[in-house]
Amino acid sequence: MAATSETAHAVPSSIFDWDFIFGHANYWLFIVLMMTGLYIVVARGNLVKKIVGLNIFQVAVFMLYISIGKVTGGTAPIFPLDMQVDPDVAYSNPLPHVLILTAIVVGVATTSLGLALIVRIREEFDTIEEDELLVIERKMTAADNREHGPAMGGRA
Amino acid sequence: MIVTIIDLVLFCMLVMTALVIVQTRHLFAVVMLSGVFSLLTALLFVTLDAVDVAFTEAAVGAGISTVLMLGTIALTARRENKPTRSGILPFFVVLVTGAALIYGTLDMPNFGDPNAPAQVHVAPEYLTNSIHEIDIPNVVTAILASYRGYDTLGEVAVVFTAGIGVLLLISGLGKGREDMKDD
Repeated sequence: MAATSETAHAVPSSIFDWDFIFGHANYWLFIVLMMTGLYIVVARGNLVKKIVGLNIFQVAVFMLYISIGKVTGGTAPIFPLDMQVDPDVAYSNPLPHVLILTAIVVGVATTSLGLALIVRIREEFDTIEEDELLVIERKMTAADNREHGPAMGGRA
Repeated sequence: MIVTIIDLVLFCMLVMTALVIVQTRHLFAVVMLSGVFSLLTALLFVTLDAVDVAFTEAAVGAGISTVLMLGTIALTARRENKPTRSGILPFFVVLVTGAALIYGTLDMPNFGDPNAPAQVHVAPEYLTNSIHEIDIPNVVTAILASYRGYDTLGEVAVVFTAGIGVLLLISGLGKGREDMKDD
């Protein structure tokens, strides 16, 4: 335990500082997951799939937070039932856990709101594909321009 | 060592699930895979000592989210259209964003470091005092319901607002609008 704390804040001496790489690989792996989610959101046109991508992104952020709270050799922050706490036992940081518990529930609330919006969009426009929605949108704007354009000074 | 191997295996499964979600165009399969993704995440949370988060994720992420998404695809469409644009520009954007984020992690303390700033500020106070002040064995519960009770109250407000939003969006208001059009 003492050895890890001494080397923890050392500046990496070379690009292949294994201690540094193993200490940070966890964060990098979560960033890979996060970026997979972001790719689904920006590159896929289906709205349901965008929500799934958003969920992946969100879960990756949760994992990043939880991994910040992890202590090497630590255990879950729950005391024994008799409340006799052994001072030698290391507990992981409970604060990120609380924040992420809140975030998971809020995440489901926003997901359900997004899904309800998708249902409404489908009712109104009969499609949930981004490309087709853009085409419909453009047609509607053109029709508005034809009808109200002169009244609004040539542009609407 | 064993924990690291378990972490790596779980992580590889997570990445594979995410990549399959990118490729699959059948929405039912996509929703089921997102449920699988949530369950794998819950397993990873257990190895990171966050048991409370793990069971919330398993119940809420894998359970409720999946049900909501299944309901949505039942009401909308089962298949995704073929992507019309190339994915090269989004891939480039994602690559640049990822590189920026990785650059941001270089200043972070090592994973599991007991002397990291996050570990030495308020967390020890909660761990040493909650047993006298709150008298609940689970520190996460003590913080959630007592020290940060207002956060939880705010969460309830958010969930309530989202519930109202969903009800207004998919309730009879749409029909009312159509009736007005007919008039």
